[in-house]
Amino acid sequence: MALVWLWVAVCLYGLGLAYSLALLANRGERIARVAIPAVSLGLVFHFVSLVEFIVHEQLTPASIEYSESLLAFALMVLFMIVRVRYKTTSHGMFVFPLAFFLTFASIIARRPLHLEDISPVFRSWWLFAHIALIFTGYAALFLSFGASLLYLLQASRLKSKNPGPREGLASRLPALEVLDEIGYRALLLGFPFMTLGLVMGAVVAQARFGSTYFTDPKVMLSLLMWAVYMVLLYTRWSSGWRGRRAAYLATFAFLAALVAWGANYFSYVHNVERVLRS
Amino acid sequence: MNFLLTGVNHKTAPVDVRERFAIPEKRLPEALQRFASYPGIDEGVIISTCNRVEFLARSTNGSADIHGFLSEFFQTRREEFESYLYDYSGQEAVHHVFRVASSLDSMIVGEPQILGQVKEAYATARALGTVHSHLDALLTRAFAVAKRVRTETAIASSAVSVASVAVDLAKKIFGTLQGKTVYLVGAGKMCELAARHLLAHGAGSIFVANRTYDRALKLAGKFNGQAIHFDQLYETADRADIVISSTGAPHFIFRQEHAQRFLQKRRNRPMFFIDIAVPRDIDPALNDMDGIFLYDIDDLQGVVSANLADRVEEARKAEAVIADEVQKFTARLQTLDVVPTIVSLQEHLETIRQAEIDRVRGRLGTLSAEQEVAIEVMTRGIINKIMHTPITTLKSAARDQEATTVVELVKKLFNLRDKSTTAGGNSGNTGHN
Repeated sequence: MALVWLWVAVCLYGLGLAYSLALLANRGERIARVAIPAVSLGLVFHFVSLVEFIVHEQLTPASIEYSESLLAFALMVLFMIVRVRYKTTSHGMFVFPLAFFLTFASIIARRPLHLEDISPVFRSWWLFAHIALIFTGYAALFLSFGASLLYLLQASRLKSKNPGPREGLASRLPALEVLDEIGYRALLLGFPFMTLGLVMGAVVAQARFGSTYFTDPKVMLSLLMWAVYMVLLYTRWSSGWRGRRAAYLATFAFLAALVAWGANYFSYVHNVERVLRS
Repeated sequence: MNFLLTGVNHKTAPVDVRERFAIPEKRLPEALQRFASYPGIDEGVIISTCNRVEFLARSTNGSADIHGFLSEFFQTRREEFESYLYDYSGQEAVHHVFRVASSLDSMIVGEPQILGQVKEAYATARALGTVHSHLDALLTRAFAVAKRVRTETAIASSAVSVASVAVDLAKKIFGTLQGKTVYLVGAGKMCELAARHLLAHGAGSIFVANRTYDRALKLAGKFNGQAIHFDQLYETADRADIVISSTGAPHFIFRQEHAQRFLQKRRNRPMFFIDIAVPRDIDPALNDMDGIFLYDIDDLQGVVSANLADRVEEARKAEAVIADEVQKFTARLQTLDVVPTIVSLQEHLETIRQAEIDRVRGRLGTLSAEQEVAIEVMTRGIINKIMHTPITTLKSAARDQEATTVVELVKKLFNLRDKSTTAGGNSGNTGHN
């Protein structure tokens, strides 16, 4: 059943994807009216599916299947928080496609790991906490990245002396200061999650591999990403960087996160299947 | 449908003609009363604004000499003004009234004042009793149409003055103007106007810097703001979220190095510069800086004209709405013509029913509550059954040419007195549900 719910969620997220495309083409007021309720409903199904996976099928959140689906879930939850708090859906332009592809990928690349397959060392809440925290951090980072891109878009419109189309979805971009606030708050929220998540990971790895884990590429890249994250936060906090410079940094942080994520495939300590089954 | 409308507006007549027809508020009641009691006129409304004067009437028999009234009232010969007037009757008059109320006939299409002015004209006429059934229905419908146009098209949603465009832009940067600081450099009229607009939209505090300190003081006083000595301009301007500059200086007052310092002090919070001075006060290169948004007077005007072009597009959609509403209203109005007859027919039969019950009631002795009710129900039932066909016939006849004949026949059959001239708009409304 859980998989069925996940499929339903993906289909509903697909409407979100349509919304993003419509936003790019600056049309489709009607799509917005359908897409936003649809993705909200999608989120509910997504939640149901996650709970079912964990409770009924005894899968661990560390399986690839969840990683992607969980990250998509974190993204959508953040989207909803921003939507309620700032009365805007523009950030869906970036969030929806990613949420859609991640959830879709989690279904396609099914490699379920059942609890009994996993080496007892990893059957702890520490691991689950590590994953949940890191993903919230990733999601917040991505949201911040999206907000700075929207900031650039809005700023360049204002500077071009043609404040954009007067109707259509793109005319309802939030104000610059609002976008800035979304970006900054997302970073502020994400950083402690990311930091704690890394610490948890370190604790688990220390227990399993001893101190050698530290030289693993995945670990190094994650630390690099964490450092960029911190720089991003610091420049914002100390000198109020925003606009182009903030967007460059956010892009860099996002790329670092992407690389750190990708490092799963050539990492020794973080090669999920091999490690967990060992 | 005997509506007549004669008027002048900014398109048909130059201002020196329009002002001859303009009726000052004091004289309006007198004009209205004379207009409504002019031969052939049943009901009348006069809408007089600086861009238009409209005389709207319902005539008894479909013709009334409004030109004659104008010539009498303004004591001018017809030949002198007739070429400036437009005349509409029937459905065309309805169409015109709807367009005027929806601001499609305005100089600036979509401007919101006209609806208020029409509403005022209606209120005055109503207070004087010069509108009842038909004009009342027409004008109330016109207000509803104006509202529909406003919600279904974007005709009034874009800013079409320099000051309101400035407010719009500021909102795109800051989101809300609540608590934002406006800094006026120079104490000119334009500055004042823009500041007034920004304050009206919530901007918090105002600083005024001017070469003549006294004028700065004076202007700051008006807004409860703070006057700044001009030589302290660069030390204080970083406090401003919005800078409006309009000095007579021949050179740039704000250059990139200034803006750089402001941004540093403000920790890169964005600033919005509005340069309405000619020659310009602010180096256009500021616009290339991250966090600085600069609009000069041409930029603002550019946005204004783009928005105006948009309104023309929206006006096309609005015309369709109005055509639709004219259709609906005409159909409804025809029913309105038979409503007084239906009402008096109902009243007539009700009187008979009451009289008959009163007459017989004494002979029936004491009755239980149920029996009382049964008598009521029975007699009402008889009347309603009898009335059903005549009312349906009247209503459907209303849409055809034979309306008057049928109405006359019903009146004759039931010996009804003519109530059609005294029936108010309220009783009129009961008929179409």
